[in-house]
Amino acid sequence: MAIETQPEKAYGAGGGVPASRRQRPWWMRPAIHTAIIGAVIGYLLGHLLGNFLASSNVATEYPNLPLSDSSDWPIVLGYALAVVGWVAGLGVFNDLLRQMAGRPVPVEAEEDTEPAGLARYFRFTLDHKVVGIQYLVGMLIYFCTAGLFAMAIRAELLSPSYHLFSSSTYIEVVGEHGTMMMMLMSSVILGPFGNYLVPLMIGSKRVAFPRVEALSFWLTPMAFLILLSGLLLGGFPFGWTGYAPLSIQSTIGADSYAMAFGLMGISIIMAGFNIICTVICYRAPGMRWSRIPMFVWAMVATSFLMVLAAPVLVGGMYMMIMDRTAQTAFFVDTLGGSAYLYENLFWFFGHPEVYILALPGFGVVSEILPVFTRKPLFGYKVAAAGMIGVTLLSFFVWQHHLFDSGINPDMRPVFMLTTELISIPTGFIYLVAMGTLWKAKIRLTVPMLFALGMYFNFLIGGISGVFLSDVPADTTEHGSFFVMAHFHYTIMGGLIFAFMAACYYWLPKMMGIKLNQTLGKWHFWTMFIFFNSTFLPLFAVGMAGQPRRVFEYARNLETLNDWVSISAFCLGGSILIFVINFVWSTVIARVREEGNPWRSRGLEWQVSSPPPPGNFAQVPVVLSGPYEYGTPGAPPVADLSPPLGVVSAAYAEPVAARAEA
Amino acid sequence: MSLPARVSLLVVAFLAVAAIGAFVVLHYFLSGPAVENYAAGVAPNTGATVHVVMQEDPQNSVTSTPDWVSYFIQDPHTKAWVHTTLFQVPAGSRIDMTIYGFDGCTPLRNNYWGLVTGTVGNVEYVNGKPYHFVNSWSGCNVAHTFSIPGINLNVPMASPGLIQSVKPGLCGSSPCQPGDPSKVPYRVMKFSFMSPHTTGSYFWQCRVPCGGGFLTGFGGPMQTIGFMTGNMEVVA
Amino acid sequence: MAATSPNPAPAPAPAAGPGEPNHGLRIFIVWLVLSLAADLVIWFVWGPHMPPGALSSAAASQQFDINVMAIMAAPVMILVLVYFGYALIVWRAREGDEEDGPPLHGNTRIQATWITVTAAIVLGLFVFGTVQLVVPQGAGAGEGASPIWRPSATPLQVQVIGQQWKFSYRYPQFGGFQTTDLVLPVGQWIEFHVTSIDVIHSFWAYQLGVKADANPGVDNVAYTKINHVGTITVRCAELCGLWHGAMFDYGSALPMSAFRAWAASTEVHLATVTKALPPYSLTYDPTMVAQMSKAMVAGGFAGAPGLYYPPTDPEQP
Repeated sequence: MAIETQPEKAYGAGGGVPASRRQRPWWMRPAIHTAIIGAVIGYLLGHLLGNFLASSNVATEYPNLPLSDSSDWPIVLGYALAVVGWVAGLGVFNDLLRQMAGRPVPVEAEEDTEPAGLARYFRFTLDHKVVGIQYLVGMLIYFCTAGLFAMAIRAELLSPSYHLFSSSTYIEVVGEHGTMMMMLMSSVILGPFGNYLVPLMIGSKRVAFPRVEALSFWLTPMAFLILLSGLLLGGFPFGWTGYAPLSIQSTIGADSYAMAFGLMGISIIMAGFNIICTVICYRAPGMRWSRIPMFVWAMVATSFLMVLAAPVLVGGMYMMIMDRTAQTAFFVDTLGGSAYLYENLFWFFGHPEVYILALPGFGVVSEILPVFTRKPLFGYKVAAAGMIGVTLLSFFVWQHHLFDSGINPDMRPVFMLTTELISIPTGFIYLVAMGTLWKAKIRLTVPMLFALGMYFNFLIGGISGVFLSDVPADTTEHGSFFVMAHFHYTIMGGLIFAFMAACYYWLPKMMGIKLNQTLGKWHFWTMFIFFNSTFLPLFAVGMAGQPRRVFEYARNLETLNDWVSISAFCLGGSILIFVINFVWSTVIARVREEGNPWRSRGLEWQVSSPPPPGNFAQVPVVLSGPYEYGTPGAPPVADLSPPLGVVSAAYAEPVAARAEA
Repeated sequence: MSLPARVSLLVVAFLAVAAIGAFVVLHYFLSGPAVENYAAGVAPNTGATVHVVMQEDPQNSVTSTPDWVSYFIQDPHTKAWVHTTLFQVPAGSRIDMTIYGFDGCTPLRNNYWGLVTGTVGNVEYVNGKPYHFVNSWSGCNVAHTFSIPGINLNVPMASPGLIQSVKPGLCGSSPCQPGDPSKVPYRVMKFSFMSPHTTGSYFWQCRVPCGGGFLTGFGGPMQTIGFMTGNMEVVA
Repeated sequence: MAATSPNPAPAPAPAAGPGEPNHGLRIFIVWLVLSLAADLVIWFVWGPHMPPGALSSAAASQQFDINVMAIMAAPVMILVLVYFGYALIVWRAREGDEEDGPPLHGNTRIQATWITVTAAIVLGLFVFGTVQLVVPQGAGAGEGASPIWRPSATPLQVQVIGQQWKFSYRYPQFGGFQTTDLVLPVGQWIEFHVTSIDVIHSFWAYQLGVKADANPGVDNVAYTKINHVGTITVRCAELCGLWHGAMFDYGSALPMSAFRAWAASTEVHLATVTKALPPYSLTYDPTMVAQMSKAMVAGGFAGAPGLYYPPTDPEQP
C-alpha cells in the first residue's frame, strides 16, 4: 500500500528549510486575485497573437477593411493563454519552477495545513477538504446561474407567438443553459462530496494527487467564465451538442463553447484520475473492496467513465476549433469530411457523460438509505455489480442518439439491444433500495426525503428512457420535448435531488453547522411537487409534436406550455428556498453540529465535524463494513487508535482476518 | 467574523448579484436593434397600402464587423437609413416594397430560390422590368433574396451585373445613397404582397450564401438579426 | 480516541411472528389490481388516441409500439411505486423508536428472480422492437442510403432538401420539379430521400410518422404509406441555427387523382425553373455547379461555397 508514513523533506543546495511562504501578507500570496490578473494578461497576449496570425485569414472580398470582430484566432488564443495565465496566477507552477531552478521547495506536509479562515478557500490549496468546500460553493453558483437561464427560456415559451426577447437571444440562452448544466454538473457530486469524503470514507489522511485535485477545481471557474463570456461574443446557436457543420458555421461565440467544454473535459479527467488512484492505493488496513461504502463505489465508477470518455470530448472540441480556425475540414462533407464524425465523437463521450451524471446520484442515495432505515444495504454486491455494469455498458450505447440520422440500419437493433440491456444494472439500484426498505425502521429526515424523491423521479426518467431505446417509438420521440422530459427527470430529478440529499446529509460533517430542517422540508416538498409539475407534462408536449429548442410552437400546446412555465418559476422559487437556507445557516445562524447527528456507521462520521487536519490522528484499522445496522454485537466500523505496530505490521504481511461482521 | 459583519457582507453580496441580474436582463435580454414602425396611423385589415423602403449593401461601415453584408431600412418619418432589420406593418394590408440593391452577385446554393413567389402577380420589378424568375447561375444576376418563409414570400434581389473581384466599383461606404447609377451601381426592386390577417412575428431571411468567410456562406450576417435576417411584426 | 459504536441496544430478532402480516402478498394484490386497471385503461381508452395517430402506416405502427411499451412499463412502475408507498406507510419508524431494523444483507433467491425477470422483459422488448423495425410499417425512421426494406412496386419518390430555414421537395418522377408545397397521395408507398445542402436538419412529418435527419452529402431514406386524407405538419427536429424554431411547413395528403392533377400542373407551371436546377440526384454538392455560366466561373464562382475555403483547397484524393 502506498500510504506514506514520513512527510516529504525539504531539500536544497544550501541546506536548511527556507522561510515559510505563509509569513507573507495575504495579498502577496498567490490566490484568486493574482489568478484574475494572470488571466487578463494572458487573454490580452493571446488576443494580440491571434490578431497577428489572423491578419492573413480574412476570406472576404474587401481585405482593405479593418479587421472585423468576427475572426476566431484572437478569441481562441486569447482564451487559451487566459487559462494559462489563470493557472500561473494561482501559483500552480511555482513549486515546479522552483524545482527546475534548483531552489529549495518549502515543505507542505499533510498535517501542516493552512490556518483556519476564509482566505484558504481562495487559494490553490492541497487540503482535499478545502477543495471540497470550494467545489461546493462553485457548483452552487454554476447551478443557480444555469437555472436562471432556464427561467428565461420558460418565460419566452409562455406564448407561442409573442416573443419576450429576440430569437437569437433565445437560442443563445438555450445553449448557455444546456452547456452550463451538462458541462459543469459533471462534477456536482464528485467535486464537493467525492473529493471531501472519499479519503475519510476509506480511512486515508490525504488524496493521491492533491495538486491534480486542486487544479481540477480551479479550472471550473475559468470554464464557467469562458462560457458566460460567449454571450458577449454573440453566443452560440447550436445548443450543448454542438453539431457540425452548424458549429463550424457559427461566429466567434462558438469558440467560447469549444474552449469551455474542452477545459471542463480536462478538469474531469484530472478529478477522476485522482479519485481512482486514491481509492486503489490509499485504503486503510482492513478496508477491503467488499467493505468500501457504496458511495465510494459510485465515485470509482464515475471516475473511470470520466477518465475514459472525456478525452474523446477534448479531441472532438479540438477538431472543431481546428475546423473553425485553421480551415481544416474534419466535419465538412464537401471536402471529404463528415458531419457524422462529429456526431459519433460527441456521443461517444456524451453517453458516458450522462452516466457520469447519474452514477454519483445512485451512490448518494445508496449511502443514505441504510442510515435512515437502520438496516444494512440489501445486496451490497448486487449494487456494486450494478455500478460496474452501467459503467461498462455505457460505452456501447452511444448510437441511440443517432437512430434517425441515417446510420447503417443494421446497427440500430444492436444499439437498441445494448441500450435496453443497460436498464438491467440500472434496475439493481431499485432492487437494493426495495430490499433495504423491507421491514425497516424508516425515518423521514430531510436527506431521506430527497433520496426517496430521487428514486421516484429516476423511475419515471428511466422508464421513459426505455421508450426512447425502442427505435420505432423513438421515431416519434427523438428531438422532441419527450427527450427533454426524460433527461430532466434523470439528471435533475435524479442527480440534483441526490445532490440536495447529500447537502443536507453531509453539510453537518463538512462545515460543522446544521441546516435548518424546517426550511429543508419546505424545500423538499416544493421542489418535488413543482419539479414533477414542470416536467411531467413535457412528455405529452413532446409526443404532441413540439421539437426541442424552438421558440415558436403550435397554438394548441399553449396551455400546457403555460402550466409548465408557471411550475418552472415555482421550481426556481423552491431552489431559492434552498439557497436562502444554505446561506442563512452557513453565514448567519451557524448552529454548531457536533459529532454524528444521523447516528451513521460511516467511517467519515467517526471523526469530529468538521474533521481535523489530516482527517485521522492515526490511520485507522477497519473492523467491519459501514452498513452493519441491526446486527447484535457488530464490531465498530474501525479502530481509530490502533495499538502501535498494527499499521506497520499491516504492510509487512497481509492483514490478519479480524472479527468478521 | 462577527454577526453584524457577516450580515452586512451578505446584504452587499445580495445587492451586487441583484444588480448584475438586472443589468443582464435590461441590456442583454430586452435590447435589440430599432424597430421601424410602418404601421403607425394605418388601420389594419382594410387593404390600405404601406410603402416600405430598404437597401442591401456589400458591407456596412457602422458596426464592429464592417465586412458583413447588411440590409438597412428607411425610417418612414425621417427618411434616414437605419441599421436594422425589424419592422412593423399593419395586418391585412398591401405592402409595397422598394429595395435598393447595391451588392454584387453570389450564386444561390439552391437555384429554386430565384423563383418569385408570394407577391402580387408572382412578379417583381427590377428597374421597371417584370421578372418571374431570376437565374443566379446563368450570369451575375442575384445578390440576395428577401424571403418571408411564413407567408411563402421569396423575392430575389438583382445585382448590378459586375463581379466585384473582376471589375471593382460597388458602393464602398454604408448606408449607400441611391443617386447616379454610373458612379455607384445599384438595382431597384419593387414588389407587393398582402400582409397576413393573423398578427405575430414573421421572420424574414436572405437565401443567398452571402455570409462571406463562413462555412456554406450562411454564418455571420446571415444569422445575425440586424444584418441579413430580421422580423416582420404584423400588428393590429 | 476509541471508535464509538453508534449501534444502540441490538434489535430483537426479526422473525415473522404469528401477528406479522404477509407484506409480500399484500403488495402483490395491490399491484395486480392496479396494473390490470392501468393496462386496460391504456390499451382501450388511451390507446386509440396515442400519438402520433394513425394517418399513415408508419405512424400507426409507432402508435402500436408506444401502446405496447406503455402496457409493459405500467406494471413495472406500479410495482415500484406501490412497494415504496407501502414501505413508507407500514414501516415508518414510530415516534421515539430508536431501534435498528433487522440485519438482512441479501436474499439470493430474490436477487436472482429480479435479475432474471428484468432481463426477460428487456430481451422481450428488444425482440419486439427489432421485429417492428424490419416490417414495412417500421420504415418511418431514416435508414440511410441502403434501407433494409423496399416496397415491391415502385414507390412515389419525394426528395426532401433541408436548407436553412425551409424544406423544399423535389419529385423526380414528375420531371424533377422543386416546390415548397408538400403534397402527397393516399394509399401509395412513398419513398422519402432526405438530404441537406448546408447543416444538419431533420425532416419530421408528425402525422406520417417519418423522422429522418437531413445530413449534408447523405441520402437518408424513409418509407410510409398514407391511409387517408389529411393535413400533415412538418417540423425541423434538429437544431439548425437561428430560425430552427420557425422552420415548419404544412403538407397535405390528397386522393391519388387529385395528387396526379396537382403534380402534372405544377410540372408544367415550373418548367423553366426546373431547367435552371441541377439534375435530380440523391445528394448535391453546391460548391461545384456544372451549369454555372462561364462568366461566373471566370469571376471565381465555380459553385456557392460561401468563401470559407479558398477555391484552391484540394479534395481528398
